Amino acid sequence: MSDELKQRKQTAVYVYEAPLRLWHWVTVFSIVTLCVTGYFIGSPLPSQPGEAIDNYLMGYIRFAHFTAGYILAIGFIGRIYWAFVGNSHARELFLPPFFSRKWWKEIGHELRWYLFLEKTPRKYIGHNPLAQLAMFFFFVLGNTFMILTGFALYGEGLGAGSWADQWFGWIIPMMGQSQDVHTWHHLGMWYLITFVMIHVYVAIREDIMSRQSLISTMVGGWRMFKDDRPD
Amino acid sequence: MPQLETFYEVMRRQGITRRSFLKYCSLTAAALGLGPTYAPQIAHAMETKQRTPVLWLHGLECTCCSESFIRSAHPLVKDVVLSMISLDYDDTLMASAGHQAEAILEETIQKYKGEYILAVEGNPPLNEDGMFCIVGGKPFLDQLKHAAKDAKAVIAWGSCASWGCVQAARPNPTQAVPIHKVITDKPIIKVPGCPPIAEVMTGVITYMLTFGKLPELDRQGRPKMFYGQRIHDKCYRRPHFDAGQFVEEWDDEGARKGYCLYKVGCKGPTTYNACSTVRWNEGVSFPIQAGHGCIGCSEDGFWDKGSFYERLSNIPQFGIEKNADEIGTAVAGAVGTAIAAHAAVSAVKRATAKGDQE
Repeated sequence: MSDELKQRKQTAVYVYEAPLRLWHWVTVFSIVTLCVTGYFIGSPLPSQPGEAIDNYLMGYIRFAHFTAGYILAIGFIGRIYWAFVGNSHARELFLPPFFSRKWWKEIGHELRWYLFLEKTPRKYIGHNPLAQLAMFFFFVLGNTFMILTGFALYGEGLGAGSWADQWFGWIIPMMGQSQDVHTWHHLGMWYLITFVMIHVYVAIREDIMSRQSLISTMVGGWRMFKDDRPD
Repeated sequence: MPQLETFYEVMRRQGITRRSFLKYCSLTAAALGLGPTYAPQIAHAMETKQRTPVLWLHGLECTCCSESFIRSAHPLVKDVVLSMISLDYDDTLMASAGHQAEAILEETIQKYKGEYILAVEGNPPLNEDGMFCIVGGKPFLDQLKHAAKDAKAVIAWGSCASWGCVQAARPNPTQAVPIHKVITDKPIIKVPGCPPIAEVMTGVITYMLTFGKLPELDRQGRPKMFYGQRIHDKCYRRPHFDAGQFVEEWDDEGARKGYCLYKVGCKGPTTYNACSTVRWNEGVSFPIQAGHGCIGCSEDGFWDKGSFYERLSNIPQFGIEKNADEIGTAVAGAVGTAIAAHAAVSAVKRATAKGDQE
């Protein structure tokens, strides 16, 4: 009897504001485009038949890559701006509390949860500490690295003295030569692909197994909690 | 300082008419990318300036830079440049040898303190106190430091002096280093290439003599006028690259049609040099025109980037040589497997947890 009466109660908190959600999905689109086109810049598709004048495949692929790169970079700048003006959750990505003992302890708790050593996860309105750490190292640093090396390489095409060369050209001699920057940029792609794989898996898993909503939160902005028990 | 002839006097002495001289000045102005108004300025400089003493040292090298230099396409350029500068010491080209030659080196350094240009072909090995390269009974390292001390400027000829080249390639047993690791207090112009293009070499010297200053250099110390663009930027096969038309194998249709060599490892997109504009051997051809990809010989560490015939660089830090894609797919594969395993365990855990609740 009592089982039937027990209601599942969900409390909700507005976490991700609209600009942040928009940024998330624009970035998803950009990264997918960048990975696909970037791969085909490194290992081009089979040769196109006909005259060169009738084809522009590599040109279109590179155009898509550069455009998506611009969107990603401008979006990232907007995201940094939003960290200043948005709600407190908008700052989580950029400022993990590295000096908080409690935070590191909670990372330990999360790790044990992922190693199946904890029965129940904790509740978090924003990112859990482990997610925050991973976001910072994989995404914030990885994305910054890709934007810097990407525009350094883009500056090579624009030419010496162009804005991209003046702002980012110093990266090339720092890494050796152009070929080295290409290689690092290429490895960076795999770094981000690894991030995306883990990110998507964990989001789905947490959505099912944790005590709060994940995927719908990034669509609608509201974090739902599945129970009323304390943390 | 003893009186030296001016450039113009040297040219006239060699039987060059004033008309040819002025033509040369215009040609040089054009070659350096200067406007036509610069031709009289060059002529004026040549008529009034004294020849500059040049010391040309040879370290660990193969003499390909010298070979290239003496084959400068325009005969006038070769004659003029070789007589324009007062090439006081160059052990592979000079008549004297042995103690005589070394005496001239010392004499020039003393006589023209702070006035001469030091041109360095090759580089010094540092291991075993420089014993892997001995010139005149002493380590080249010592000769280089000694000659650089009173030089006005230093030219690093070729990839050896600029970057290290083959003798500095992994594992570099002699610890050969580019000259900027040894000479730290002088302006150094890098003229990389293995060898550099002859016209680029003479062009750099002519610029320095004409204007009495170094040409504008990029971040890595290369003259912008010759190293400001990649081979790829001015390659005549570039339209095939943009079209997505590539040579897939050496004997295929694409190779016969002159398609882009990107897929067979051409390093044109990452190499800064003037090959696709100035070309080689009196402008006859350059590697890509001959059907072979650029090997990137004017770039830093070009020996250590893996095969000349593959697009992606090897990353030797991973033990067995792998490129970025091979490493990336391996990592992504491992992570994917881990995710699948983790998901499976999670599902089982969840199922048993639910069972407990019932």
